Amino acid sequence: MIEAEGLAKRYGETVALAGIDLEVPAGEILGVLGPNGAGKTTAVRILTTLALPDGGRARVAGYDVVTDAAEVRRRIGVAAQDATLDDSLTGRQNLVMIGELSRQRRSDAKARAVELLDRFDLSDAADRVMKGYSGGMRRRLDLAASLMTRPPVLFLDEPTTGLDPTSRLRMWDVIRELVADGVTLLLTTQYLDEADTLANRIVVIDHGRVIAQGTSRELKEATGGARLEATLTEPHPGAVAALAPLVDGPVHVSDDGRHIHAAVRSGSGLATSVVRALDNAGIRVDDVEVLQPSLDDVFFALTGHPSEADRRPELEGVPA
Amino acid sequence: MTTTTALVAPPKGQTVFERLRGPWRDVVVLTRRNLVHIRREPMQLSDVTVQPVLFTLLFIYIFGSGIPIAGGSYKDYALAGLLLLNLTTSALGTAVGLSTDLSTGVIDRFRTLPMWRAAVLVGRSISDVLAAALCVAIVALTGLAIGWRPDASAASIAGAFAVALLFSYAVSWGCACLGLISKGPESAQSMGLIFLFPLAFVSNALVPTQGMPRWLQTIADWNPVSAVTSACRHLLGNPNPSGSIAAWPMQHPVWAAVGWSVLILAVCAPLAASLYRRRTTG
Repeated sequence: MIEAEGLAKRYGETVALAGIDLEVPAGEILGVLGPNGAGKTTAVRILTTLALPDGGRARVAGYDVVTDAAEVRRRIGVAAQDATLDDSLTGRQNLVMIGELSRQRRSDAKARAVELLDRFDLSDAADRVMKGYSGGMRRRLDLAASLMTRPPVLFLDEPTTGLDPTSRLRMWDVIRELVADGVTLLLTTQYLDEADTLANRIVVIDHGRVIAQGTSRELKEATGGARLEATLTEPHPGAVAALAPLVDGPVHVSDDGRHIHAAVRSGSGLATSVVRALDNAGIRVDDVEVLQPSLDDVFFALTGHPSEADRRPELEGVPA
Repeated sequence: MTTTTALVAPPKGQTVFERLRGPWRDVVVLTRRNLVHIRREPMQLSDVTVQPVLFTLLFIYIFGSGIPIAGGSYKDYALAGLLLLNLTTSALGTAVGLSTDLSTGVIDRFRTLPMWRAAVLVGRSISDVLAAALCVAIVALTGLAIGWRPDASAASIAGAFAVALLFSYAVSWGCACLGLISKGPESAQSMGLIFLFPLAFVSNALVPTQGMPRWLQTIADWNPVSAVTSACRHLLGNPNPSGSIAAWPMQHPVWAAVGWSVLILAVCAPLAASLYRRRTTG
């Protein structure tokens, strides 16, 4: 449904995309993972006909994004990074407007808006002006707007960036429901766990290039998986032996003997097993944490350098 | 895919009428959106409601006290000029409105929809011409309340208002271009003022041009605003001292007014469309 070949784009001297290939078969979810400025938004802008590539080709739903842009637009839904609806309209007015501009009949657009407002928990706020919406509500409304015509292909550009944890989980639920509907989805994110929980396959991009791709399991194997950190109430000589069967590789103990860390394969219930193993050995523990590899861990593992997200000029959202 | 396409109208109708229906509906939807904005913030309309009343009263009572008009009162003379002054300056709203839209992400959203792209511009120009019609009504009512009287047939009076609105529509496309080249709503506002104030004032709108220095009078007599003002005075049956000036537009004000409007539209509408395309293609 989405195929890109050697997509390249530069803004002045800055190379936003240095030639990337992407492929998303029908009904699949591709997570495009990368730090700020990696080229994620540029890729989405090209695939959604908002920007023209300087090189390469892309087809969405069978149509070329440059030569058949109008046909592409009839088959895609887009939820951009910054909510792109009209602040001065109510949630309902926004949805109906988007439906009508997608050439739905007004009555159909109204009915579909009611359905989506309900589905995204926005019924109570439907007739309030969007200005007063919270960040999470805006994102949900934006997503609802992109679903007005039930497009077969959906692009979500950083759907949870800037949301608080609760709104983020709520957004994940909403996206999972879409996935169950069989839509083809390309999702960009800065968070490995987000790509992990939502996507079938992940492409990691950096400096406008694909630096790794695969399933989340493959990527995690490349990054060495998760990390266990435990803090003992007091140092105990049996701790290393108690934990050894649960971890991957050596167990490291800090100088004061209380802080323990080790690489682990993350599995459900791992924290419980750790606590139980320590308890069985008569060791008291203050704190146990299983840390998922972060984007930085992935980058470090893949490239040997940190993601540089903070040192790179902001590239996403370059000129309209 | 079948369920998907069923919800969206077919891309191309067989008849011209059907092919135009889609773009026309886009324009209607976006015009309605602009009107909702106005309802939400009625002060947006102050330039076509409060300002016309204020300008009309201020100019007639303050300027009017010192400017003798041959063949009638300053009141009767000035009304057409005030109509043009208000319409011209309120065209600024187009520049500001468009520039505001461009500064938010909403245009990007529109561009991912299968809609007619220029509908954004056309919808804006239509909601602005509706506002301009309100402005005309308010100036006329204010004038009537303080004793202005037209002296012509109803058709001729309607013609005067139509000529004024046509010009206002044309100027709003000029302002659309300003909105499209400006960096944001604030700069659109100040650029618009720099452009519109001389246009409105270096004219016969508020004082006869005969008293101006020779070079300035030439500019004023060829200013489109002068032609439209003269045309309105002529059609309203109000005093029109410019009728004695030899410059062609002052001799044929109605033709000149319509001609200027069509010319401005013919230049600015395609220019705006092209600026819009350039501005929104990355």
